[in-house]
Amino acid sequence: MYTQGLLTPSPKSPAAVEDAELLARFQARIDREEKIEPKDWMPDQYRQTLVRQISQHAHSEIVGMLPEGNWIGRAPTLLRKSILIAKVQDEGGHGAYLYSAAETLGVSRAELIDQLLSGRAKYSSIFNYPTPTWADIGAIGWLVDGAAIMNQIPLCRCSYGPYARAMVRVCKEESFHQRQGYDIMLQLARGTPAQRQMAQDAFNRWWWPSLMMFGPSDGASQHTALSVRWKIKRFTNDELRQKFVDFTVPQAHFLGLTVPDPLLHLDESTGHYRFGDIDWSEFQAVLAGNGPCNRERLAARRAAHEDGRWVREAALAYADKLTSRTRSVA
Amino acid sequence: MSERKDWELYEIFVRARGGLDHKHVGSVHAAGAEMALEHARDLYTRRLEGVSIWVVRSADIVASDPTDSDPFFEPARDKIYRHPTFYNIPDEVETL
Ligand SMILES: [Fe+2]
Repeated sequence: MYTQGLLTPSPKSPAAVEDAELLARFQARIDREEKIEPKDWMPDQYRQTLVRQISQHAHSEIVGMLPEGNWIGRAPTLLRKSILIAKVQDEGGHGAYLYSAAETLGVSRAELIDQLLSGRAKYSSIFNYPTPTWADIGAIGWLVDGAAIMNQIPLCRCSYGPYARAMVRVCKEESFHQRQGYDIMLQLARGTPAQRQMAQDAFNRWWWPSLMMFGPSDGASQHTALSVRWKIKRFTNDELRQKFVDFTVPQAHFLGLTVPDPLLHLDESTGHYRFGDIDWSEFQAVLAGNGPCNRERLAARRAAHEDGRWVREAALAYADKLTSRTRSVA
Repeated sequence: MSERKDWELYEIFVRARGGLDHKHVGSVHAAGAEMALEHARDLYTRRLEGVSIWVVRSADIVASDPTDSDPFFEPARDKIYRHPTFYNIPDEVETL
């Protein structure tokens, strides 16, 4: 029945009948767990949903380099600095894999980047929080990359082939990110009282924003139902969030950290941790552009793009020169 | 904000180890094939995932059309005699 919901109300026109047939065949392929590939027929809404999701994901990876990049020059040891550079480079790589997947849907990378820089596109709310201490770098790797893994593992089985394959690549690299973050936290937790306090303070600031990374509650999420039917999404936001809490709380206890939620407790009957209400007004404010660092992040991206313009143009001019030279030789 | 022209799109193929085929892994943008190779190295082999890379301009790839794939692959469909299982060989005949 859902095919009707997608058609324009011009019943029984030959095009609509054909569309209905195509849609039914498309859904049957999805139901058989077949992958959809770039040149295959797909409903417009499937294409649009994917372009939106994949490009938002790509933008998040790119903007996500900024809060961590903030500490590359100040990492406490040469080894930590090398690790952080490699980690940030991976995030740039993830952005590139994802733009590459989005481009298979018929949008150009330049268009997508323009959407980000002009402020029309969204990216994950989490990257609009500041990183004032070294412990923030630990907390990001452990919690933010941890939440990202939880979100991304099911995406490895997404119905759209290029997105699923990009996610496999990303997930392979993500575990390093999470472990190096937890390693930073471990070292702080085993350090001086001031270092332990620094770890607790970072945890306090990143805990709730990490839970918000999974998006609105199932009731409030506009996109879930269709995305689940099309196997773009395999689990709901709340399911993934619960899983993240269940995994993370024992890891926090191991570090000797206190979860900043007085309502948090283990529900013996289900084995799940119950947690307090999320402040969704904060989430909405950050999404709307009013988080602590939204303006700073976009300004930094725009400046990087502008500063790189002459490089892009010089490279093109050089390539053109080479082509014309080989042509004149021939 | 638009550029004079965008860097071209290249498809990337990586040979993971000696003895294996090159396999498609994704794409990069670059101004020229040399740069595409370097970008592909930085993007797809940061953890020694390859020993050889091919780059091909995406515009140069000619692909079969999925909407036409039934008739296109039809000639192979009814030739079951191409498969060894088509032939019933008595059990007594060994190593065949
Ligand atoms: Fe990561």
